[in-house]
Amino acid sequence: MGPRFAATPLSALAPGSSGVIVAVDTEAPVARRLLDLGFIPGSRVTVVRRAPLRDPVEYEVRGTRLCLRNSEASCIQVRSADGA
Amino acid sequence: MSASAALRLGLIGSPNAGKTTLFNALTGLRAKVGNYPGVTVERREGSSEVAGRSAVFIDLPGSYSLEPLSPDEAVVSRVLDGELIDPPDALIVVADACSLARSMLFVAQVLRRNVPTCLVITMIDELEARGGELDLPRLERALGVPVRGVVGHRGRGLDELRDLLGAPESWARPPIPPPEDALGRAGWVDSVLATALVREPGTSRITQSIDRVILHPVAGSLLFAAVMVTFFQLIFAWAAPAMDAIDAGISAAARAVHASLPAGLLADFLADGLIAGVGAVVIFLPQILLLFGVLYLLEDIGYMARAAFVIDRVMGRVGLEGRAFVSLLSSYACAVPGIMATRTIPSPRNRLVTMLVAPLMTCSARLPVYALLIGAFVPPTAVWGPIGLQGLVLLGLYLGGAVAALGVAALLKRTLLRGEEFPFYMELPPYRLPTVKLWLSQVWGSASAFLRRAGTIILLVSVVLWVLLTFPRTEPPADASPGEASRYALAHSFAGRAGHALEPAIAPLGFDWKIGVGLLASLAAREVIVATLAQIYAASDEETSLREAIRSDRRPDTGRPVFDPPTVASLLVFFVFALQCMSTLAVLRRETNSWRWPLFAFGYLLTLAYGASFATYRIVGSLTIW
Repeated sequence: MGPRFAATPLSALAPGSSGVIVAVDTEAPVARRLLDLGFIPGSRVTVVRRAPLRDPVEYEVRGTRLCLRNSEASCIQVRSADGA
Repeated sequence: MSASAALRLGLIGSPNAGKTTLFNALTGLRAKVGNYPGVTVERREGSSEVAGRSAVFIDLPGSYSLEPLSPDEAVVSRVLDGELIDPPDALIVVADACSLARSMLFVAQVLRRNVPTCLVITMIDELEARGGELDLPRLERALGVPVRGVVGHRGRGLDELRDLLGAPESWARPPIPPPEDALGRAGWVDSVLATALVREPGTSRITQSIDRVILHPVAGSLLFAAVMVTFFQLIFAWAAPAMDAIDAGISAAARAVHASLPAGLLADFLADGLIAGVGAVVIFLPQILLLFGVLYLLEDIGYMARAAFVIDRVMGRVGLEGRAFVSLLSSYACAVPGIMATRTIPSPRNRLVTMLVAPLMTCSARLPVYALLIGAFVPPTAVWGPIGLQGLVLLGLYLGGAVAALGVAALLKRTLLRGEEFPFYMELPPYRLPTVKLWLSQVWGSASAFLRRAGTIILLVSVVLWVLLTFPRTEPPADASPGEASRYALAHSFAGRAGHALEPAIAPLGFDWKIGVGLLASLAAREVIVATLAQIYAASDEETSLREAIRSDRRPDTGRPVFDPPTVASLLVFFVFALQCMSTLAVLRRETNSWRWPLFAFGYLLTLAYGASFATYRIVGSLTIW
């Protein structure tokens, strides 16, 4: 069990867990598109599953299932919403 | 603007929103397809009548954002700005009822444009099935623009929509535009949906349960492999009865021409030039229909995105992405749609690499060549259950092309086309039952495109070839038998001379002048070599079928078979690699907007083909005494 309020990269969340997005690294060239896809601070994101070869990962955010590679997902900071 | 000028209505929305289904429903499938000037994005327009006014619907490319990351993505905003074509008078934003929290983010961007806009909500039935409830009048009030709900493939709500579309001048405009920044936009979307979305839809239970199996690490990978294997078996074995029937019909037609016309140039031209040429192509229509049928079925159901998800890591290793797999898989049907399918790849560099290796995927035009050579020279021995040796050889050729494509892609990404990566993202749409109408129109569209190519390029080449193979007419030696006479005439025709001239260059590959003529002709399109060989052998041997003819053909100097195992293997390998297709070159030229890349592709593939064929000929030749 990690610290409850610390932000972690989305890519570090385990399948089945969810979090609330706290920040998107605006330095990354992908930031703008990630925001347009719904990865917006304040939105809840759930890790649905990893691909058979572990990358990419399927996420559910704002009612849509989207896959991101770990390199993209690491630009998104989340606060774990599971607590326990 | 005169009263008779047609209303221009732009259809805009995210991928998977049901935009194309709505476009088809509104225009009745009468789309004009072209290109936007200067870029590679397809331009689709269709005419119809709405509320007594004639209207032109412009189907804009599906997009997640109006802020483009590449020139191709910029098409949508440039059309809205009137930079590429006359700007639309009004916009129809299409959004899927089940993913409003996401798709309304895009709607917010569109509403910031000062253009009359209405919102069409699709898949209301799916929303209801998932227990959701959307209050359209409230949504309309909250947005300040007209809102209509449709079930595009059932026609539900279309009449109301048409009535609305007749008078965009009177549409309400939002009193204040939605916020521009992402956080503000998300807040705006959440507050709009708080009033309008009475009950949120649950996640699609069907999709969830199917995905648990289909995307399972083990079951999903096995299924992926099974789908691909079935694919090959399907197109090779199941199409056979229909192909035999077409074959019989073509032969009967040629015999009928010979029987009813006096012997001479006209009968020869009709039977051996025209009918034989068209027939050699039409015969592969069953395979092509099956191929496109399965591809579109998988796409419409939603499996193609899953396949891309499963395979993305593998594609990533060679510097490509899962969506490139879909394009490469489409290239199994034909590199032309495959190369056009790369338009869904947002990264320009990945897109170029995918286009350059797409011709290595075994397209359906190679099947005629493979089918002829495998059918004639590989025995139909059963290896295991229903799997036969012929099928395995075919599978090997398919795998050879795919492995080469991935290898070349990795090489290109590490050398010529290095650079910063573009973001990767992909939506997994809910599984949907495909609508028969949409599926049929997709399959027919692709098959008829193939037929049009067959009907124009290949028929033209066939006729030109018949001329080259027939003229100049040379008198054979007086003591020659009829068979020797026709061979003599052929050897001295224009084509025969070109083939002979080419022979020193291709002899190291085990090819004689007849194969040389076929290779020259197949520069137009790979399958033309079959029509050419049919013509060469019909000319030298009227009665036997092409398979028997090439089996029994012997080299005049040594008396050994022309098509001995090393030559057959070498020829098969040549066709795995060589870019023998002017349609692919033309589409590469169009998509990359320069001759540089098509010429590069042609050059590197010819080099590969020559080297691999040479090696194959030597290796197979040294393995066994034939």
